[in-house]
Amino acid sequence: MMTKRRVTLTVNGEHVEPLVEANALLVNVLREELQLTGTKYCCGTGQCGGCTVLVNGEPILSCLTLAVAVDGADILTIEGVAKPDGSLDPIQEAFLDHGAVQCGFCTPGMILMAKDLLAHDPSPSEERIREHLRGNLCRCTGYHRIVKAIGSCGQ
Amino acid sequence: MPENRTRPAYRIIGKAAPRPDAWAKVFGDTAYAHDYTVPGMLCAKVLRSRHPAARVLSIDTGDAEKLPGVDAVLTAKDVPNNETATRFGQTHQVGGFEGLYRVLAEKKIRFKGEAVALVAATSEAVAEEALGLIHVEYEPLEGVFDPVEAKQAGAYQVGEDESNVICSYKVRKGDVEEGFKLADVVVEQTYRVPMVDHAYLEPESGVAWLDQDGVITIRSATQVIEHFRGIADVLGVSHNRVRIIAPMLGGGFGGKEDITVETYLALLVWKTRKPVSLTYTREESIRSHGKRHPYVMRYKTGATKAGKLVALEAELTSDAGGYVYLSPWVLLYSTVGATGPYDIPHVKVDSETVLTNNTFSSANRGFGAPQVCFACESQLDELAKQLGLSPLEIRRKNYLRTGDALATGRVLEHSVETEQTADRALEALGEPSGPSSPTERIGRGIASSMTSYGRMTFLHDTSRALVSIEMDGSVSVRCGLQDVGGGQASSLAQIAAEVLGVPMEDVTVYVGDSALTPLAGTTTATRLLYMSGNATKKAATAVRHSLVKKAADLLDVDPEELAMGDRQIYSAGDPDRAVALERVVKACAADGIPLYDVAQFNAPARELIDFQTGQGQVFPDFTFGTQAMEVSVDIETGAVKVLKIVSCYDVGQAINTLSAEGQLHGGALYGLGYGMMEEVVLDKGNTLTPSFAEYLIPSAVDVPDVKTIMIESGGGVGPFGAKGLGEPSCVPAAAAFANAVSDAIGARVCDLPVTPERILKALGRF
Ligand code: FES
Ligand code: FES
Repeated sequence: MMTKRRVTLTVNGEHVEPLVEANALLVNVLREELQLTGTKYCCGTGQCGGCTVLVNGEPILSCLTLAVAVDGADILTIEGVAKPDGSLDPIQEAFLDHGAVQCGFCTPGMILMAKDLLAHDPSPSEERIREHLRGNLCRCTGYHRIVKAIGSCGQ
Repeated sequence: MPENRTRPAYRIIGKAAPRPDAWAKVFGDTAYAHDYTVPGMLCAKVLRSRHPAARVLSIDTGDAEKLPGVDAVLTAKDVPNNETATRFGQTHQVGGFEGLYRVLAEKKIRFKGEAVALVAATSEAVAEEALGLIHVEYEPLEGVFDPVEAKQAGAYQVGEDESNVICSYKVRKGDVEEGFKLADVVVEQTYRVPMVDHAYLEPESGVAWLDQDGVITIRSATQVIEHFRGIADVLGVSHNRVRIIAPMLGGGFGGKEDITVETYLALLVWKTRKPVSLTYTREESIRSHGKRHPYVMRYKTGATKAGKLVALEAELTSDAGGYVYLSPWVLLYSTVGATGPYDIPHVKVDSETVLTNNTFSSANRGFGAPQVCFACESQLDELAKQLGLSPLEIRRKNYLRTGDALATGRVLEHSVETEQTADRALEALGEPSGPSSPTERIGRGIASSMTSYGRMTFLHDTSRALVSIEMDGSVSVRCGLQDVGGGQASSLAQIAAEVLGVPMEDVTVYVGDSALTPLAGTTTATRLLYMSGNATKKAATAVRHSLVKKAADLLDVDPEELAMGDRQIYSAGDPDRAVALERVVKACAADGIPLYDVAQFNAPARELIDFQTGQGQVFPDFTFGTQAMEVSVDIETGAVKVLKIVSCYDVGQAINTLSAEGQLHGGALYGLGYGMMEEVVLDKGNTLTPSFAEYLIPSAVDVPDVKTIMIESGGGVGPFGAKGLGEPSCVPAAAAFANAVSDAIGARVCDLPVTPERILKALGRF
């Protein structure tokens, strides 16, 4: 048995201290320890972006990140994107209005990538949006509506 | 927005309606198969064969069983009925079409990655460790990995005593020899298309448990909850002792049509009496689950100087891999579709599907259509080139039209708008782009397709739906469908809302539970909207009749005059004469009038076709469409950029324009990936592309926007005249891409994917 360690995280604004194994991946800690299953496991090898979360505001692939490596970090997952009163973030709203969601498996990662992009570039071009989503695969939508939805959030 | 014919004014049908299921998805709240836990759940793992062809001499599970935390280790000897067949709840027995496979390997290993043993343990780490403690002694055998080789006499035999050739079909129309004599130009070519993966983002996954009545309940990512029957047969229990629940799927594309984790879970639950979960790794999914069939296709096509097709001869060989699964069905689709959407007087098609020691192939979006579409559409362009016609001209001269017969004798009685889709798609490409460097060449290509929707008519397909109206006027639909993410459940909500005059938010749809929702068949074969849409419409209409009749009494008007809308029933001529729906419902309830209806929709049932000539009806109807592309090719490097994509389909009637266009967007890219980059590369049965680092699918930067054009002929056999789009929308893209590249470089690549290397080779660069 591996020794467990307590890590301190702020996840979606809440302070948590899960006990994790040294080799535990962040994706599993989020999904299994914290029951935040909105973060998806799809490839486990860093090639699809489905497990993307924001760590201190930067997107990371939680399937490649050890939980102990982000000790002390502030983490945003899809569950924390809506406003505290439960109302939709403009990106979520745009995804709904534009029909950017089909099976929805890529959606959490896409929305978090969009949040990151819009934080750095409030009115990105379509080209910039596509470039930013390069590492996030979607098999259903052909990206078309996802790009439009994110574009519509620009000012 | 679709082009509208003159048609009845719908309130909800044909509008862009945000889907109810999308809400939970943007919050991350949807509980997919892998997101569900049951207290005390064990974790399962599958031991898979390291050899593609071998004899299993012995399996020793003793050490694994002794490992603390291991609850069960199962091998073939623990499976009551290990040889089984996929049957998909069909109502009609069609012997030769049974997709035989083994649950766990015994005797001969038939592909690398075949399941040999199952483990259930208290954690994933323990289950993983236990796999390493199972000792399997194999005698490696030579195997056969090429389908053409596998069908030769004396080839290595994949199974024990069956032939490698699983089945073959013929289509005979006219006299093909005579036909070629009438031709001024004949082109002949062999085309090869690769094995490809579905690459849904959600891997195969499920959780199962024994409920308090001893029913094995399986909640898994499946396109077919009616596999409960097959699983019960494997266990040797009665069919009503297995229940399957399908949560929302993270994509299916045919890859969750065959059983994935379900039987393994059922066996482990049965043995341990504890809940068990199993999720494949991506590598496991790519290496060992079903794929799209690779084909070798020899085509010969003749046309007159005027460009009229006179004869087509095709020989198709498909690689089924290690087990039969759905190969005979897929091959039949290819055989019927081999002549494309064209009217050809003399036709000869011969097709075979063959066992090899490659990963097995089965259903994949398009089900045998994309392969032959690529070959047929390449031939059309080659003929056009030799005749000095444009690709559009030659197609226009040969498209099948309403009232024409396919080579199988089937007359197309419904709308056929292929020509219009081609005109519009090409037109929408707009002004040609200019090359941006001296080594770039611009090219354009189109491809048309005729793809079936609805299952094969000899299966006598049925679907059921239950529609009920509650005391407050809200509506529930219950239908045993599987929502693969294309808006399947949402489309039923729209249909019920349209018929019953309520807003969509008043409708709740319950789906995907083989014990509680009326059985509705598979979410495959682009049948969902057609079958369950019609069943829902039928049930909702029956409820409507009862309500309208009661309202007519209350309002003292003729029922014929009444309309429904805005949660009211009102006189169409005098809308002030109205009664609230809720009041009518209560009045019906007081009188004991049923407030629900269960309807069954039956597809037209036909007998099996004639296997010597291929004559007969195989499909209920077809969807016609054309995709057009513009590409730029760098002739120094072979690199291709897709500049424009247009997808134009006759959708019959869009139920939800957002969902229908979404299918066209996604379908075009699914097909483009096939044309441009996707390939499961195997070396003697060993997958060399087991992750998304090697198995590449289109990303956001590989593709431009997809321009969609929807024609609404109203001529489909689905509800409100709808046609199916799920599979048809992906079929021509690879062919259109290959044709565009060929136009750009003046040479043809005959194998998919059309990679830079192949382009340079076609250009004679190496
Ligand atoms: S699951 Fe992490 S990148 Fe695919
Ligand atoms: S919506 Fe299905 S993967 Fe993107």
